[in-house]
Amino acid sequence: MTILKIPSPLRAFTEGAKQIEIEGKDVGEAIEELVSTYPALKNHLIGEDGELRQFVNLFVNSEDVRYLDGNKTILRKEDQLMIIPSIAGGSYADDENNEK
Amino acid sequence: MQIQIGARILAQIQKNGEDTYPEEGAGFILGIDSVKKRIAHGIFQVQNSKASSERHNRYLITPQDFLQGELAAEKNELEVIGVYHSHPDHPDQPSEFDKEWAMPWFSYVITSVENGVAISSRSWRLLDDRSGFKEEKIISNVKEIGELKI
Repeated sequence: MTILKIPSPLRAFTEGAKQIEIEGKDVGEAIEELVSTYPALKNHLIGEDGELRQFVNLFVNSEDVRYLDGNKTILRKEDQLMIIPSIAGGSYADDENNEK
Repeated sequence: MQIQIGARILAQIQKNGEDTYPEEGAGFILGIDSVKKRIAHGIFQVQNSKASSERHNRYLITPQDFLQGELAAEKNELEVIGVYHSHPDHPDQPSEFDKEWAMPWFSYVITSVENGVAISSRSWRLLDDRSGFKEEKIISNVKEIGELKI
């Protein structure tokens, strides 16, 4: 079992749990397990293209999985998997002709 | 749907928008959320990590800063309940880009800053189907606690 830590904006979808235990052997399996257990989370974590949304970052211990093996990053029982969002936004796009 | 943000905290949010003008300023709102109430107890200001050429209409808070915000919340026995940011010379309404990047559940407080002066702030929450935002009323006439331990 690996610990998966849930950030505050997603806890409304995990019945308030700050962390859960998962059995997945790698990061991809862990995320599948998470959205299978809490289906309402899927729309916020995974885009229509089936990939993780751009603001979703996954860290194993303190390492971004993008710099490890991505979804294939192996999870050991002593590891801690964390979902940490990047927060972004802004007023308008430059190509929107400054319209809101 | 509403969020209680006392006048002092709202003033801090708006001042951050004025201080960072003409760039966007941003940070976290720390507080408590229950079935009945969402109450802001303070803010945790962070750096806009976008490139300087983009900060006039974009903000970015890195995962590392998100962790710092969560840590500050825990230290005060609070939660990160939302994000604030400013729209320099644009309305206090979420843009399409705001929607693409929005997290569920969070309160997004947007301050419109015109010519360096904050003129209004409104709060929004992402709809569960991610199709848009719903405005939540800001209640500012509330009793406030002291400063946070940051």
